[in-house]
Amino acid sequence: MHRVVHRRQLSPNVTLLEVEAARIAQIRRPGQFVIVRLGGNAERIPLTIADAHPAAGTITLVIQAVGKSTRELVALQPGQAIQDIAGPLGHPTEQIDAGHAVCVGGGVGTAVVHPIAQGLHRKGVNVTSIIGGRSREWVIFEPELRALGDVIVCTDDGSYGRKGFVTDALKDLLTTVGADIVYAVGPVPMMRAVANLTRPLQVRTIVSLNPVMVDGTGMCGGCRVSVGAETRFACVDGPEFDGHLVDFDELMDRLGTYREFEQRAAQCADGPCRIGLAAPTAA
Amino acid sequence: MSSALTPRERMKLDRQKMPEQDPAARARNFAEVNLGFPEQMALIEAERCLQCKDPRCIKGCPVKVNIPRFIELMTEGNIAAAAQSLLDDNALPGVTGRVCPQETQCEIECIRGNKGMPVGIGYLERYVADWARNHRDQLATSKAPPTGRRVVVVGSGPSGLTAAGELARLGHDVTVYEALHKPGGVLVYGIPEFRLPKKIVEQEVERLQAAGVKIECNVVVGRTYTLQELREQFDAVFIANGAGLPVFMNVPGENLKGVYSANEYLTRVNLMAAYEFPRADTPVLVGRRVAVVGGGNVAMDAVRTARRLGAEQALILYRRTKTEMPARVEEIHHAEEEGIHFEFLTAPVEVLGNEKRWVRGLKCVRMKLGEPDASGRARPEPIPGSEFIVDCDVVVVAIGTRANPLLTSTCPELKLNRHGNIVVDEQGMTSLPGVFAGGDIVRGAATVILAMGDGKRAARAIDTWLAAQPRPTPSAG
Ligand SMILES: Cc1cc2nc3c(=O)[nH]c(=O)nc-3n(C[C@H](O)[C@H](O)[C@H](O)COP(=O)(O)OP(=O)(O)OC[C@H]3O[C@@H](n4cnc5c(N)ncnc54)[C@H](O)[C@@H]3O)c2cc1C
Ligand code: SF4
Ligand code: FES
Repeated sequence: MHRVVHRRQLSPNVTLLEVEAARIAQIRRPGQFVIVRLGGNAERIPLTIADAHPAAGTITLVIQAVGKSTRELVALQPGQAIQDIAGPLGHPTEQIDAGHAVCVGGGVGTAVVHPIAQGLHRKGVNVTSIIGGRSREWVIFEPELRALGDVIVCTDDGSYGRKGFVTDALKDLLTTVGADIVYAVGPVPMMRAVANLTRPLQVRTIVSLNPVMVDGTGMCGGCRVSVGAETRFACVDGPEFDGHLVDFDELMDRLGTYREFEQRAAQCADGPCRIGLAAPTAA
Repeated sequence: MSSALTPRERMKLDRQKMPEQDPAARARNFAEVNLGFPEQMALIEAERCLQCKDPRCIKGCPVKVNIPRFIELMTEGNIAAAAQSLLDDNALPGVTGRVCPQETQCEIECIRGNKGMPVGIGYLERYVADWARNHRDQLATSKAPPTGRRVVVVGSGPSGLTAAGELARLGHDVTVYEALHKPGGVLVYGIPEFRLPKKIVEQEVERLQAAGVKIECNVVVGRTYTLQELREQFDAVFIANGAGLPVFMNVPGENLKGVYSANEYLTRVNLMAAYEFPRADTPVLVGRRVAVVGGGNVAMDAVRTARRLGAEQALILYRRTKTEMPARVEEIHHAEEEGIHFEFLTAPVEVLGNEKRWVRGLKCVRMKLGEPDASGRARPEPIPGSEFIVDCDVVVVAIGTRANPLLTSTCPELKLNRHGNIVVDEQGMTSLPGVFAGGDIVRGAATVILAMGDGKRAARAIDTWLAAQPRPTPSAG
């Protein structure tokens, strides 16, 4: 059992939970994730470790409520517990030792970018973060990232920081200051746009992928992604890959596999119902 | 029934037929297919055994269960002694009685098979095991005094559980680390409820825990702890992490929506209970026409699962013929009764998708059988120009698994063969002193009973090895 010791609402649908997981807190490295299962008949869901406090024996998870499982997780209050947390999983982030790194975070991806920026900063790398959200209230982790270097905030509606997409700000930065490496974590279209921008400029770009996962140990292959000509399992070979080689269209498509189920789960949340057995056919 | 039957009388007894759920009903539920012998039938079946002087059945059994002995004890009316005898040879008889391929192991050797049907050894094993599970209090448990040695077992499949039980019995302090949230390995995530009820595995796990074995789930060795750390914290290690890496077909379209590895498909349904969606949170695509590629037990489990989930048509695509299918005969037979379709001499060459990238079919090629290959089975060869399309909306790939490199890749000193399996000596010891391995991680995907045999052998080898190691000088106090 992993007790929630602290809970904070970061944006309208993003919640931070600090939970007990002493071993993982001790050894996790930037870029790694855990598989979390609330209990009972709950799903196994992958969540990036946003931060860790080895002394307190806790890790920080940042969760966007999108479906039934994540909504149940974010509803947890301090004192309540998560039954299963396995990890740390995946490879740690490939880091550079010197120079200038740009960390681009979109939405909840900003929470994933944070430990990467933290790791780089500790190594003495010069870090600029570009983070975005729909509007002011959706921007997260700004103070934490400010502590590690420059931060450029972008909002779609211009209610805070610069108006526009993170890619616009990245483009300006790359053409003026330049960068040795770019890390991008966020919605698939954002990561794809970043990769498309940096490819012709030949700036190495690392993205963190979030495909559907079950076990997280390389046993099911559900998390497979196409990288270059190869099929890779994101849970064990990733989750970070060379953004210039990732087939984002396929990833985006596969992420839609269970959309219909999510909707049904929401409809059935209030009572017994068997519609799960009706075949969601290739419409 | 007295034990005074003459051989002639015994020979007159027909093999008892296992009572099973009606095929039409069971094709729609996940309850166990075989219902088990009632006492009367079990005793008649036991009387069929001729108590051979030189019993061939034992030789056929990979762990050499003393078959005639437990059967004889049954006929003497001493079921407790029969159970004791069986459990001495086989730690999980309730599992093997259900999933062993008896028809190619003990029963194929049974002398009665020469003329008529062999003794139903598997059914009797299951009968005695089920009795034992419900009468624990009537069984003696022996346990050696604590040795003060700590042993860690990686993986809680049949190999790990058997080793853990044996090590605990020998007096060692045993901890099992399991990557998933539930112990049992393939027995809980792979083999479906209708063949092996999860309750049985749960009870076996509880029995081990009661015997002092500590089981910690959610520990992924290679990530949560390195093998090196385990070697420092424990006196010996047994690695039984299975062969869990799914093999894909490597054909175009394999990443379309609706293509699963058998591991993913079965894990969603068994471990995560997707068949109860939305009462369980994990979904699985049901599909109207489900095509399963492969001919082994895994393929059979997947296709029968598809049928139970509600597929109108569930079919097997296999590149050889029925004779070469590696699946257990009973499973093939059950599948046929449940209305599973079989396409033999068929190999997929491409997964076809619709405009929204959902699976709509498999482009296949017809095969013919050629010369025998290295395994002795006829090599299937494609017939040029024979392409045809199989309509389906879900594809399950069940063409095998390999060693998962997650653990081994983090420990380069561990010697592997070219398939990535751990190399061990006759004692089950790896290239690292004090680190033993067994089950599928050593053999490649094999069987439950072989995995268990490895576990037991390794436990004894660990015991011997530990006895020869100098004890660390006890610290004060
Ligand atoms: C669907 C299916 C049906 C089958 N049917 C039959 C049958 O009818 N008869 C038969 O005899 N055999 C059958 N088999 C084969 C049989 O199940 C295996 O040979 C047997 O389970 C192997 O046992 P094991 O203990 O070596 O490994 P497994 O049962 O695979 O157990 C390994 C365990 O280790 C865990 N693990 C893996 N990596 C790590 C790690 N790094 N750290 C911690 N834990 C880890 C896994 O999660 C798993 O729980 C079937 C297999 C499948 C998949
Ligand atoms: S070979 Fe058959 S008849 Fe002979 S001892 Fe074994 S089970 Fe009994
Ligand atoms: S989540 Fe199953 S292999 Fe990656």
